[in-house]
Amino acid sequence: MDFLQQTINGLGLGAIYALIALGYTMVYGVLRFINFAHSDVLMLGAFTAFYIAPKIEKMFGNQSVLGCIMVFVIAAALCACIGMTIERLAYRPLRNRPKLTVLITAIGVSLLIEYTAQNEKVIGASPQPFPQLLPEHAFQIGQKLIISSNDILTVAVTIVLLVAMWFIVQKTRVGTAMRAVSYNQQAALLMGVPVNRIISFTFGLGSALAAIAGILYSIRAPGIEPLMGVQPGLRAFVAAVLGGIGNLPGAVLGGVLLGLLETFAGGIPGLSNYRDAIAFAILILILLFKPAGLLGRSTVEKV
Amino acid sequence: MKSRYLILPAVAALASALVGCKSGGGDTIKVGEFASLTGKEANFGNSSHEGTLLAIEELNAKGGLLGKKLELLTEDDQTKAGEPRNAVNKLISKDGVVAILGEVASSRSLEAAPICQKSKIPMISPSSTNPAVTQVGDYIFRVCFTDTFQGAALANFASGTLNAKNVAILTDVKSDYSKGLAKSFKEKYSSSGGKIGIELDFNSGDKDFKGQLTSIKSAAPDAIFLPGYYSEVALICIQAKQLGMSIPIFGGDGWEGESLITIGKDAVEGTYFSTHCSSEQGTPEMLAFVESYKKRFNGKTPDAMAVLGYDSAMVLADGIKRAGTTESAALRSAIASTKDFAGAGGTFSLNANRDADKSLVFIQVKDGKFRYKTTVKP
Repeated sequence: MDFLQQTINGLGLGAIYALIALGYTMVYGVLRFINFAHSDVLMLGAFTAFYIAPKIEKMFGNQSVLGCIMVFVIAAALCACIGMTIERLAYRPLRNRPKLTVLITAIGVSLLIEYTAQNEKVIGASPQPFPQLLPEHAFQIGQKLIISSNDILTVAVTIVLLVAMWFIVQKTRVGTAMRAVSYNQQAALLMGVPVNRIISFTFGLGSALAAIAGILYSIRAPGIEPLMGVQPGLRAFVAAVLGGIGNLPGAVLGGVLLGLLETFAGGIPGLSNYRDAIAFAILILILLFKPAGLLGRSTVEKV
Repeated sequence: MKSRYLILPAVAALASALVGCKSGGGDTIKVGEFASLTGKEANFGNSSHEGTLLAIEELNAKGGLLGKKLELLTEDDQTKAGEPRNAVNKLISKDGVVAILGEVASSRSLEAAPICQKSKIPMISPSSTNPAVTQVGDYIFRVCFTDTFQGAALANFASGTLNAKNVAILTDVKSDYSKGLAKSFKEKYSSSGGKIGIELDFNSGDKDFKGQLTSIKSAAPDAIFLPGYYSEVALICIQAKQLGMSIPIFGGDGWEGESLITIGKDAVEGTYFSTHCSSEQGTPEMLAFVESYKKRFNGKTPDAMAVLGYDSAMVLADGIKRAGTTESAALRSAIASTKDFAGAGGTFSLNANRDADKSLVFIQVKDGKFRYKTTVKP
């Protein structure tokens, strides 16, 4: 029973990591760089929901399904715009510079957002209570298994978004353009693909996912603060690398695996303190034996 | 070298000499304070700061000490490790304070204490309870009890009031306070016949505890001891409720922050924790303090950290008065000989370890408020 319960817990957490990892991996796919500011978009999504939820509540009533959907949609849309703005202002001018330059800029953007948010005049560094968007029920299955409605919501939303992502990337023109840009940016440009717009779209999509992940994370742990994105962001990044950076199903696999690992290790006395160490140790091992990640394909560079 | 370029280094040298010199003498007594005014434990820092500020203002209204007004210099350590060091160094070397008041959290007090001890500046902690704090040296004091006493009181509470034969412990391994209190509780509870069930850890800053809570749930203890700080406690209680757990959870004075209730809401209803004092205790000193605090801070009810912030400043003032000087060795001896001091949180003396012999109270969270339950004498 314990094993099943921990699996449910782990899946709930892993789904959130999967959503965040998707954002990291998509941006890496088209631009070949890690967007370190992604974890802060997660935090901004949570705070956007924090600020708009009371207003939505007034319009749609307390804890209504429609109100909850509105909060998700508006927060995702706003964060998509924020993500696209960051790309436009901080990354696009450095498009032709060495990768290291953009990486450092990304770290700079991340720190800028974090420290600006911690300033008391902006958001403030103390934990704030995240409003309850939907009533919470604990469903009891069998003797001891408890599934919280929050977990069901998280997994359901994640599955819906994953299917949507798969559909967008595989079946639409935009998706084909994204894949083209990720194979070879110059060739895509020569083929008439509007590379700048596709990259913006990718950032917007990834940021929207991060915002939704941020809200789901806040529903799970309703104390939000400006540095809340750092830990899940780091874990999701590890998950993305674990699954094969640039590979979408890999990101999901990595996220779920890491969520399960963290939960199981947390429940074992003596190990609960070493959860992070175990997760990163496994990452190192996988990278030693399979450098491209679990589902990644090692690319051969023609010299 | 052109002679006009010599002006620049000369001016620079003069400017740095002026900036770097200690602002000594003057007609105020400078008292330093460092607290977590922002960040994860902002509730603690703001409460203790308000208490300290109230004390300094009251003293200045009565004419100050030794014919001079008191000047309170406050530094925010942002609940970050590493910041107390900077704060205290600045207060001592740049501002030239005669004493330091701080901090609430034992980890951050332990960071600053060696610096104060080395500079021979008396440091009075309002509520750090880890025994190691005053062991740093004879210039470090505290106006509260230690975790040796708190752990024992909690152990008795667990076996007595909660009637728990088997207790699980969930410790915050990033906090010296949490580790110390867990250790003290474990010793006393085991030696009095209680059984320690499962023991798990977490890190402060973690947001997901369902892994630990599920293991605790299947171990089915009679109670869960959670010696953490209010931010994580609120989340743990919420997630315990989501897992359908109804095992009583209790903890120590790290629980006392208003965010416990604003974030925890009905998940923390009915839980117990021990702390230093309660505004509901009817002693004349407490009543007077509550009244002036409410007047000064818009009707807000003070919590234990505010009371202790106030008492730490008052003990310092009492020491300055008795020493008749702010010279460090004399001031230190005067503070060390504090006897039967009628503080807002109770009457106490500082013992040979420079800790206060004080009673402890148990608070229950009822109807979204902290309600006083019982007192435990040392």
